[in-house]
Amino acid sequence: MDVAQLKRQLFEYTTLLFHEGFLDEQFTQLQQLQDENNPDFVVEVVSLFFDDSERLLNELAKALDQQNTDFKKVDAHVHQLKGSSSSIGAQRVQRVCITFRNYCQDKNVEGCLKCLQQVKHEYSLVKNKLETLFTLEKQILAAGGSAPM
Amino acid sequence: MASPSTRIDDGHDMDSVNSGLMREKLSVLVVDNDALVRKVHEKIVSKLKVAKQVQIQTATNGKEALDLHLSGSSFDIILMDMQMPIMDGTEATKELRAMGVESMIVGVTSADARADKEAFTEAGLDQCLAKPLTADKIKSLVETLEKNK
Repeated sequence: MDVAQLKRQLFEYTTLLFHEGFLDEQFTQLQQLQDENNPDFVVEVVSLFFDDSERLLNELAKALDQQNTDFKKVDAHVHQLKGSSSSIGAQRVQRVCITFRNYCQDKNVEGCLKCLQQVKHEYSLVKNKLETLFTLEKQILAAGGSAPM
Repeated sequence: MASPSTRIDDGHDMDSVNSGLMREKLSVLVVDNDALVRKVHEKIVSKLKVAKQVQIQTATNGKEALDLHLSGSSFDIILMDMQMPIMDGTEATKELRAMGVESMIVGVTSADARADKEAFTEAGLDQCLAKPLTADKIKSLVETLEKNK
């Protein structure tokens, strides 16, 4: 595939992600912050998001596995996850976090467990899609194209 | 005596409409316990061509922000997260005001902050903005600074 075709593929894929609500304008903000001085800015921020999220999801599973659930702790973790997902524009993850926090408020363990499953699912979806996006970009650069963002 | 997280950018911007009237310097303190949020907010501020020299420092909680001030640092704008361990934004804002710090302190909160937001504002904020911050939001803060000079 030539550079033009790859670029079109990337554009279409990115548009689809926005359309399906996986990413929102905050992601666009990140792309606009990237420049020649920081050519890997988006990848760096997204990697932080992956690290943060994986740690938080583990902590959440542990906290919800306790005999007496510490809802304050659970809420604090969800709050963090909500914050970082909104910072990169991972809209669907952020949305589940909002529902999750409501269940924390109501001290509803079952609701929290359901949300944990949901947020894990949304996280793995967006992770997958972002990794695909970055792979497409690498292909463009490898084919001699300029940085697409 | 710059801390490892200080960055100075020379905003050589020939395209700025007000380049003749551009602010000489802008110093910003980003206070947030989330590394991802700090990174994004730091980048947004550094990319804004709102001053010939933009200086950014970060702190991971309210206590660090306080310590910076106690050691003699001062800032034009402090972006203060609300929920942080060790010392949160509300307490840090109270302490800073009690110390006589008159810098613009802008609270940065999640959309669902509810009641805590009131206490945060009353602690001495100049205003409160929702996370995530955008380039436009920060630009308007600088405009307010200029107006109140």
